[in-house]
Amino acid sequence: MWDYTEKVKEHFYNPRNTGPLDGANATGDVGSISCGDALRLMLKVDPVTEIIQDAHFQTFGCGSAIASSSALTEMVKGKTLDEAKQISNQDIADFLDGLPPEKMHCSVMGREALHAAIANYRGEEWSDDHEEGALVCKCFAVDSQMIEDTIRANKLSTVEEVTNYTKAGGGCSTCHEPIEEILTKVMAERGETFVPAGAKKAKPAVAEAAPAKLGTLARIRKIEEVIAAVRPTLLADRGDIELVDIEGKNILVNLTGACSGCQMEAATLAGIQTKMIEALGEFVRVVPAAKAQAHACASHAHGG
Amino acid sequence: MSTPTPIYLDNNATTACDPKVVEAMLPYFTEQFGNASSMHSFGNKVGVALKAARAKVQKLLGAEHDSEIVFTSCGTESDSTAILSALKAQPERKEVITTVVEHPAVLSLCEQLEKEGYTIHRLKVDDKGRLNLDDYAKVLSDKVAVVSVMWANNETGTYFPVVEMAEMANAVGVLFHTDAVQAVGKIDINLAATKIDMLSVSGHKLHAPKGIGVLYVRRGVRFRPLLRGGHQERGRRAGTENAPSIIGLGVAAELAMEAMEHERTYVKALRDKLEAGILAVVPHAFVTGNPENRLPNTANIAFEYIEGEAILMLLNKQGIAASSGSACTSGSLEPSHVMRAMGIPYTAAHGTVRFSLSRYTTEEEIERVIAAVPPIVAQLRKLSPYWGENGPVADPAKAFDPAYA
Ligand SMILES: Cc1ncc(COP(=O)(O)O)c(C=O)c1O
Repeated sequence: MWDYTEKVKEHFYNPRNTGPLDGANATGDVGSISCGDALRLMLKVDPVTEIIQDAHFQTFGCGSAIASSSALTEMVKGKTLDEAKQISNQDIADFLDGLPPEKMHCSVMGREALHAAIANYRGEEWSDDHEEGALVCKCFAVDSQMIEDTIRANKLSTVEEVTNYTKAGGGCSTCHEPIEEILTKVMAERGETFVPAGAKKAKPAVAEAAPAKLGTLARIRKIEEVIAAVRPTLLADRGDIELVDIEGKNILVNLTGACSGCQMEAATLAGIQTKMIEALGEFVRVVPAAKAQAHACASHAHGG
Repeated sequence: MSTPTPIYLDNNATTACDPKVVEAMLPYFTEQFGNASSMHSFGNKVGVALKAARAKVQKLLGAEHDSEIVFTSCGTESDSTAILSALKAQPERKEVITTVVEHPAVLSLCEQLEKEGYTIHRLKVDDKGRLNLDDYAKVLSDKVAVVSVMWANNETGTYFPVVEMAEMANAVGVLFHTDAVQAVGKIDINLAATKIDMLSVSGHKLHAPKGIGVLYVRRGVRFRPLLRGGHQERGRRAGTENAPSIIGLGVAAELAMEAMEHERTYVKALRDKLEAGILAVVPHAFVTGNPENRLPNTANIAFEYIEGEAILMLLNKQGIAASSGSACTSGSLEPSHVMRAMGIPYTAAHGTVRFSLSRYTTEEEIERVIAAVPPIVAQLRKLSPYWGENGPVADPAKAFDPAYA
């Protein structure tokens, strides 16, 4: 059994906003039955304010696909189309207190459906997004543009991660080579070198640690610097942030005040995370300490 | 809401250890911990018990000699040992015949062998999971080191005609191995009367513990061990015997023989009732595999337009355990290779659910499952964009038409 969070289960067992939506004026269809998941998002948008008044979904898919769809409808309601467009797949996953890595593509599907629906409302061709890319993964019809964008947005660095987020490479696996090429290109943009999973580490261990990698102390100092730099903005909003702990790639923080509401918090954390990644030159995740706690408990309670 | 009593219908995945098996094993962890090879009374008693267990397994398989029974650590080890032994013993033969629907224990090994330069012939199946024996005859030659074909499929329960296929192989001097992990203990097997050279068993599928297996090797078959070392198992599988588990498997073999009639009649009737009960009320659902020729305990039903993992989660909420060939449950993203090999359309392949019964399954449990399934299917179909008011949308591919697909 997957280790789903309580929130995923809750949204799966009691999905919100299901079925056709009366008066819907925007629809986004993504996925297909052969892929194993498909999502139709229906929105009712106020033509004057562009505020999403209501949202419904229909989903064919696994537990997390249904939960992600349900979460998405809850997240977009009350937002303007422009605000809704800012929602990333990570935001959807965060709303559900996280998704197993193999299921991240469910949140990607949610974001895509949203973009498709917004394009549909505005009379735009959403498919334009996709025209540039050559088809890379034939099993799941994923093109190079989609892979590139997802690698960029989520700072992915392995083929396995690409498969988890986009499905590409998860079928016959013959496209792993082109995926590696895309990884090499996009990682180079952010100053990293792609290392194939199976590749023998050619360099001796000493040389390996050398470039750019910060020592533990320097790393903590950098993290503190970033926190200090963002604090004034938060304080101005009557909020605050405090560094709680550093667990490997997870930086645990306490957010207080105005920014501890769910959606604002996610946006704030995402912003801080980007700054952290820039400052440290490595991928890290900024997570609320309270949530990390809850995560740990949940995964102990229903393992296996 | 109180949690409902669990109903376990996933016996093809693994079974509960029979309490009598556990009871028989326990002394061999404590008082009787000796090494069967030792020259003292601690070891001696264990040696006697191992011999008795071997005889019980021999009887279950209908083997002619007890020395044809080699204990291994699992079904997977037995499969690997059989195929690799055949290749090592006949280095001039570079081909293997198998099928597209084998368990990964055979398929993954064959993929690896292919990379190492061997030729693998994978026999195809039709829409009911049946082989075409003409295809088989065509690839059978003196270049083939071994044929490895499962007795019963783990997902659908469908039998392959292994007795006949072994005779065809024997006639041209080719070794024949069968992965009988799902068949042993559920149906009568009389190896002495067949031309099967090697056969794999896994204890945990017949109410013995996990981590114990058997490879049957017919007397006279040239054999090369996978593990070399001590002289255990007459040098065919080195390593100190897993005495408690072997003894447990002996008891399990005995119990399986006693329950065989029950399996063939009662369990089969429950399985048929389950299928009929569900199919009578759930539209757009069908049995996969070959209903005429399969294990008595297995029902594999495809529910169209919904996804298997979602079904399992809702079943699980009601305490019902089953499994699915859906991609999502395995994390592999593609639905089961068995369903794809049978050409089950994608509209159904993602929604297959396997119910596998055991001799412990009761009629009351089956009735609860029959009652539980239809509302779950209806609930998920209501969420599905491929399902309209009363049935699938007219043209699913058109009605749901993503811009970029
Ligand atoms: C047909 C078949 N072969 C082999 C195996 C592997 O057996 P084991 O788990 O003992 O290695 C299984 C079990 O899943 C099986 O169903």
